[in-house]
Amino acid sequence: MIRPSPADVVVIGAGVVGAACAWHLARMGLSVTVVDRGPVAGGTTGAGEGNLLVSDKAPGPELELALLSLKLWQGIAEELPDVEYDRKGALVVADSAPALRGLLQTAAKQRDAGVQAHPVAATALAEYEPHLASDLAGGVHYPDDAQVQPMLAAARLLAAARDLGAQLRCHVEVTGLLRSGERVTGVRTRAGDLRSGAVVNAAGTWAGEIASMAGIRLPIAPRRGFILVTEPLPRVVRHKVYAADYVAAVESDDADLQVSPVVEGTAAGPVLIGSSRERVGHDRTISVDVLRRLAAAAIRLFPVLAGVAAIRAYRGFRPYTPDHLPVIGPDPRSPGLLHACGHEGAGVGLAAGTGHLIAQSVFGEAPDLDLRPFRPERFA
Amino acid sequence: MTATFNLDGRPVPFRAGQSIGAALIAAGVLSWRSTRQGGRPRGIFCGIGACFDCLIMVDGRPNTRACIEPARDELDVRRQDGNGHAELTV
Repeated sequence: MIRPSPADVVVIGAGVVGAACAWHLARMGLSVTVVDRGPVAGGTTGAGEGNLLVSDKAPGPELELALLSLKLWQGIAEELPDVEYDRKGALVVADSAPALRGLLQTAAKQRDAGVQAHPVAATALAEYEPHLASDLAGGVHYPDDAQVQPMLAAARLLAAARDLGAQLRCHVEVTGLLRSGERVTGVRTRAGDLRSGAVVNAAGTWAGEIASMAGIRLPIAPRRGFILVTEPLPRVVRHKVYAADYVAAVESDDADLQVSPVVEGTAAGPVLIGSSRERVGHDRTISVDVLRRLAAAAIRLFPVLAGVAAIRAYRGFRPYTPDHLPVIGPDPRSPGLLHACGHEGAGVGLAAGTGHLIAQSVFGEAPDLDLRPFRPERFA
Repeated sequence: MTATFNLDGRPVPFRAGQSIGAALIAAGVLSWRSTRQGGRPRGIFCGIGACFDCLIMVDGRPNTRACIEPARDELDVRRQDGNGHAELTV
């Protein structure tokens, strides 16, 4: 049974976003209980690459959140042990002159917004990535992009929150919200009711189902992606390397399959190859066709990978919103309920800032970022 | 005449249907790979293709599981150092 005494805040979801919310709230002295129907990092968090990216974001609210998060992640990496924080940087490459022009224009706008973005001439690409295809048109280097091991990051944040008194209840499913009129006053779970002053919905691709328990519509849909994993290699890929058309694929509203190569090495040796996007619900079927396309796109960037074995593949589901922005903050339609969800493929990167903004909201402080672009009622 | 494959150039006999790993153990060879991080010796662990501990180079292909790879006449089998892809280091 869950302890019957009320918590200040219940966080639904033990992924990296819920973990970051719990950690920020616990540090501000609140009693926090995190509930998840599965294990820590059992959803999107555990199926991604742990990217902390600014390179793939156009100037706007998401980039501002990413910049805030990047700063906060640096502090978290200093404070928490072994989350495998690696400021590896990204190299975005273009394979044609028009693609390069578009990439350089994007980079110029990003620089105006405070992002470090250095153009790299075609002849200089090999200095960054010696194995890169030799016929590319050029690229842009983003030194601030970083990575954490996402499952470790979620686990360490939760462990640090528990050191501050937070409770973690895995394998406890929320079946309803406790309400007093419109106000949310806790959660109903299969292990009993848990009353709280506030409830944070960090349920990832299932956040819409949690919202519906309060009679609220939150259009969050799963967007499937596969990652292909090679056998362990020496460091053949130094940065996160991706094609300039990746940003267009991310920003697309198309439900059909899109593939855009994203290639990066890992500390353990395997190279990770993404990315694919398709809206097919929570269908977990492995698609050999998608894997084949991922492999071909990666070989286009790094021909050396043609002679390397892929040893496995995995898939995950990004929590997609129709305008590609996360949902962060109190829901005016249901006092006591806050949302921290809908981060699509950027949830690890954006988690640190999201947790910070949620903690500010719970305390009624003015948030460091304008939350209006992220407001939950914008879809109504 | 006994069928053999070569381990680092030295002939190793095998019986029809035997795996490379089984033939190596029968020949008294217990370790043929060094680990990526610590350079520690590795050979057969699970013996059924699940653990990927017994990796070896076969005809130039690294990361082949010795325990399930059938031995064949004249195969060029070599011990594997680390990930077996040192040639890709830059």
